[in-house]
Amino acid sequence: MIRLQGITKVYPMGKGELEVLRGVNLHIKQGEMVVIMGPSGSGKTTMLNLIGCLDIPSSGSYYLEDREVSHLSSGELAQVRANRIGFIFQTYNLLPQLSALANVELGMRYAGGIDPERAVAALDRVGLYDRANHKPSELSGGEQQRVAIARALVKDPPLILADEPTGNLDSHTGEEIMSILTQLHSEQSNTLVMITHEADIAHHCQRIVHLKDGQIIGEEEL
Amino acid sequence: MKRWLEQLFTAWEGARTHKLRSSLTILGIVIGVAAVISLMSIGRGTVAQILSNIESLGSNLITVTPGMSFERGGVMRPIGSTTTLTLEDAQAIAEQVPYVTAVAPYSSSSQQLIFEINNMNAQVIGVTPAYQEAYNLETSEGAFISEYNYQSGAKVAVIGANVEEELFSGVSPIGQQIRMGSRIVTVMGVLESKGTSMMGSTDDAILIPLSTLQQTVSQQRTSTGEYLISSIAIAVSDQGQADYVVSEVTDLLRSRHRVASGEDDDFSIRSVEELVSAVSETTETMTLFLGAIAGIALLVGGIGVMNIMLVSVVERTREIGIRKALGARECDIWGQFLAESAFLSFSGGIIGLGVGWGLSKLISATEIMGSITTVVSSDIVILALAVSVGIGVLFGFLPARRAARLNPIEALRYE
Repeated sequence: MIRLQGITKVYPMGKGELEVLRGVNLHIKQGEMVVIMGPSGSGKTTMLNLIGCLDIPSSGSYYLEDREVSHLSSGELAQVRANRIGFIFQTYNLLPQLSALANVELGMRYAGGIDPERAVAALDRVGLYDRANHKPSELSGGEQQRVAIARALVKDPPLILADEPTGNLDSHTGEEIMSILTQLHSEQSNTLVMITHEADIAHHCQRIVHLKDGQIIGEEEL
Repeated sequence: MKRWLEQLFTAWEGARTHKLRSSLTILGIVIGVAAVISLMSIGRGTVAQILSNIESLGSNLITVTPGMSFERGGVMRPIGSTTTLTLEDAQAIAEQVPYVTAVAPYSSSSQQLIFEINNMNAQVIGVTPAYQEAYNLETSEGAFISEYNYQSGAKVAVIGANVEEELFSGVSPIGQQIRMGSRIVTVMGVLESKGTSMMGSTDDAILIPLSTLQQTVSQQRTSTGEYLISSIAIAVSDQGQADYVVSEVTDLLRSRHRVASGEDDDFSIRSVEELVSAVSETTETMTLFLGAIAGIALLVGGIGVMNIMLVSVVERTREIGIRKALGARECDIWGQFLAESAFLSFSGGIIGLGVGWGLSKLISATEIMGSITTVVSSDIVILALAVSVGIGVLFGFLPARRAARLNPIEALRYE
């Protein structure tokens, strides 16, 4: 599903350069649920952005579903994001002016078109059927994250990426979100890659990848 | 199609989210479009009115004036100051030129008119009976100067509507005597009002037989004893023959005045038709000029749209990042912002159209600017709407491009 080979990412910084990733090799099989852990500044988010085709590596190759994507144009990357990848963010990133349902529909907009029935079904699966017409500001943090999950899942992408999905939630709500994620993952065959620094959260996954100073320093199977 | 509807809906959502800001932006376009529509319609109305005034004189009228010549380019130059047209010239035209229904020689001078305690300055025009036909004049009271009046040099007068109003407030003027310089004339008729026009109006004039006017000392004769007159008006039976008549009259007068070939005419001939086209050309230019000034207002409105769209792009950086993460391509974002600015300015265009239309109707109805009937023609409407959408797209271009080119990672991180 995902194969990273010798990935580096270098950002220009003032006169010098900042090397965020230094030769990452990683293989993730289809259907796996993998968590990336590491201290802040270790390059977790940069790595997730690369996997999510929001950015391209400075060197190395990245095969997504056996397709080399590290040299695609921004338009082609957008197509990949639209059809193959669903994002879940720490800060939910819902559009405040849209209702919960419209936010979910937005997940389909760039992936072939809006199907309101599927959007309602996705909201139902995260238990927010009766909140469809509420604006994000009228929902709790946990509910907003559930809308975001529905938005990511509605187009049924092969790959779901979550950047600290429970980072802004209390531990109880965080557990709730994780149980939704694991349940949805077990029902569908998609691959889930997640960042977290909470050990409790990480233990919902099948494999933990430890990242430090831009390199993978260890992996553990659970 | 579905994609376009979605874009339009997104644009509507975007505008609705910031009601005050959107309405202020729209206001700029509204003012611009309303200004264009109302100014253009006033201009068109004025043109129409001027033309109808001129044409009420009779569009088949040709006037001959002495001494001056109008170059085709419009540069006027005087050739001597002597008047050269004579009564005999007019008679010759009437006898020799075909397609002519009336030849009206006339002279005029300005004099003070006195009736009882009222007095006014008016143009005194000495005319022949043919003047009535040449200028399409109707009397509202009494009768026009007859052939008998003319032949006998009767001391009678036909007065214009404004003269009646000034001198005879309420009194019936027929049969009343007016002092005109050293002479006294009896009013025998009142002319119907024709409204003001560029050719001078008979409303402010008093008409007396040409023979009566010639009895005054101010009238000159040529060395051969012919009576000089100040103009000849010629009515042509068939408008299509106007050019032919002009050339015939020119030839006749050149030979009568012994103008050597190669020399300039010592008179000038103008047809009303020519005047109409000259006037409508100038006034159309004026209308376009007014429109251009109003267009500046529209331009400023457009810059307002651009300004707001730029602010909107910055404010919605995070939204753009989210959309990009969800798979929006550059052209999707571009289209979204272009649609929004086109939507804003088109709405402004529609409202401005209504306001401008209302304004021009109001101007017509209240007669603030005289009795102009404003004309909102479809070409102005289409132009104003097309320009407002064009402005939306043009001034939305830069902000939309800026939005489309945002880096998704930086946009998502933007607070």
